[in-house]
Amino acid sequence: MTPRLSGTDLTLAYDQRIVAEQLSVSIPDRSFTVIIGPNACGKSTLLRALARMLKPRKGAVHLDGSVITSLPSKEVARRLGLLPQSSIVPDGITVADLVARGRYPHQRLMRQWSKADEAAVTEAMRATNVTELADRIVDELSGGQRQRVWLAMALAQETPILLLDEPTTFLDIAHQIEVLDLCADLHESGRTMVAVLHDLNQACRYATHLIVMRDGRVLAEGHPADVVTPELVRQVFELRCEIIQDPQSGTPLIVPESRRRVAAPA
Amino acid sequence: MNVRLGPWSLRLAPRSLAVTVLLLLIACAVAVAAISTGEYTVPVPDILAALAGEGTPVAELIVTKLRAPRVVTGLLVGAAFGLSGAIFQSLTRNPLGSPDFIGFTAGAATGGILMVIAGGSAAFVAGGALAGCVITAVLVYALSYRGGVQGYRLVLVGIGANALLLAANSYLLTRANIYDAATAAAWLTGSLSGRGWDHAIPVAVALALLLPLCAYVARPMRMIEMGDDAARAMGVRVEPVRAAAIAAGVLLSGVATAAAGPVVFVALASPQLARRLTRSPGVTLASSALMGAVLLTASDLIAQRLLAPVQLPVGVVTAAVGGAYLAFLLRKDRY
Repeated sequence: MTPRLSGTDLTLAYDQRIVAEQLSVSIPDRSFTVIIGPNACGKSTLLRALARMLKPRKGAVHLDGSVITSLPSKEVARRLGLLPQSSIVPDGITVADLVARGRYPHQRLMRQWSKADEAAVTEAMRATNVTELADRIVDELSGGQRQRVWLAMALAQETPILLLDEPTTFLDIAHQIEVLDLCADLHESGRTMVAVLHDLNQACRYATHLIVMRDGRVLAEGHPADVVTPELVRQVFELRCEIIQDPQSGTPLIVPESRRRVAAPA
Repeated sequence: MNVRLGPWSLRLAPRSLAVTVLLLLIACAVAVAAISTGEYTVPVPDILAALAGEGTPVAELIVTKLRAPRVVTGLLVGAAFGLSGAIFQSLTRNPLGSPDFIGFTAGAATGGILMVIAGGSAAFVAGGALAGCVITAVLVYALSYRGGVQGYRLVLVGIGANALLLAANSYLLTRANIYDAATAAAWLTGSLSGRGWDHAIPVAVALALLLPLCAYVARPMRMIEMGDDAARAMGVRVEPVRAAAIAAGVLLSGVATAAAGPVVFVALASPQLARRLTRSPGVTLASSALMGAVLLTASDLIAQRLLAPVQLPVGVVTAAVGGAYLAFLLRKDRY
């Protein structure tokens, strides 16, 4: 069975700078796919192309068998959501109002607020644990709370596929885990999740499908336990490491070697 | 607050609704006051009689030929400036991104002055103003284009263009003969004095044509305020929406300037005042338009009556009234 979302033979470029050529990926349905790789490997560019933010110079992204750009934009927005790396909080907006904006693709000029809209927003705020913040001004929230609010907005969109561009950037470790746990919950409830992450250990822990990239190419793909080896990490990140088992999750845990000998505590 | 009727539903914020109704009432009150008071007082019942064509000849002349067209022009021009300001402040995500700050009104003034010097009739002056506004907008847009237009770049380029055009306007005044210079100078301060139905009608037509467009792009524009990617992810077709909004905003400020001259501060202050009163997030088009109408007509009333018989240009009062009120609101700002 062909997956709902895939990119075939993509050439991705910004102006003159070509980021990737002949890149093909498919996102397994109902997976939690994590795209990982060193800085400037093209992982965010690939995600943007999959979300139709960037038009491929060659090749095409397919959603449910159709070329994604041939579908009406609102139609795509009812099937596929994206949490961009950075969005702008409108001045003075409350949490409830921001989350409600996630319903835009389901609304029309003369159908601005249906009962389904109401239910979706309530459920999205509950799932992300922001219900008590409903009347707060978004600008006044902490970084972790704000990221949960953006996630709630994406959830209110009620798309079966949700793409996240580095959802944990700018968050401290506790909030990173909180956001990733939330993503895992969403995956468990039946959504296909695709995220670009920086932290290889977090990727190994949460992903059911890993796409490892370098220089615009996919070097390895599959379940983290099957693909992550010291050889791959050296190839991709130019880092020598040991791999042990994560005592919490049993997934691969990368322990980097340092060129300095670290003094053991006496 | 939600209004549902079968498959239709509208989402209304009670506070926005209350502010809208209040602004409408104030606009009516100001209009009645402006038509009724003055050197020759026309009592309110006589105004209705005169409008129905059953008043005394004097009252009829004063109401239908002198005062009503001036008030109507003020309401329409104010609404057009407020709407245009709201559009550009939303697109640039910046309160300074108003047509009176990024050169559009100054460019319209340049076009107007050139026509005054060339000895054109009022219609030519208006046409010159509209053309000047559109040309300036195209140039500012082209100069700030780098594979897309970013708000802050548009504002910076626009402020530069504004300075250049103001200099050009001053220069043109020194080159004109004394009579043309006097006419142009009077027009430059922005004024509603002597405005008749022929000034009101073009603005009314522009508003009638552009209001539906504005209503249509209002919701997608709110999404674009969150960033292009965020809006696209929600299914907004960003480029066509932005192009339509820019076209509407440029035409509105051009037509308004053509009718009343480059009145300052209405486009800047109206959206900010409206937003603080309604406490709604981002920029709202309807309340900004109403606020513009109220601000301009109220200012014009003050300009006519405050130091009567000395008549102040309305632009002086819009800056003073709008500025003072905005400063007052900013002082206790939370929104």
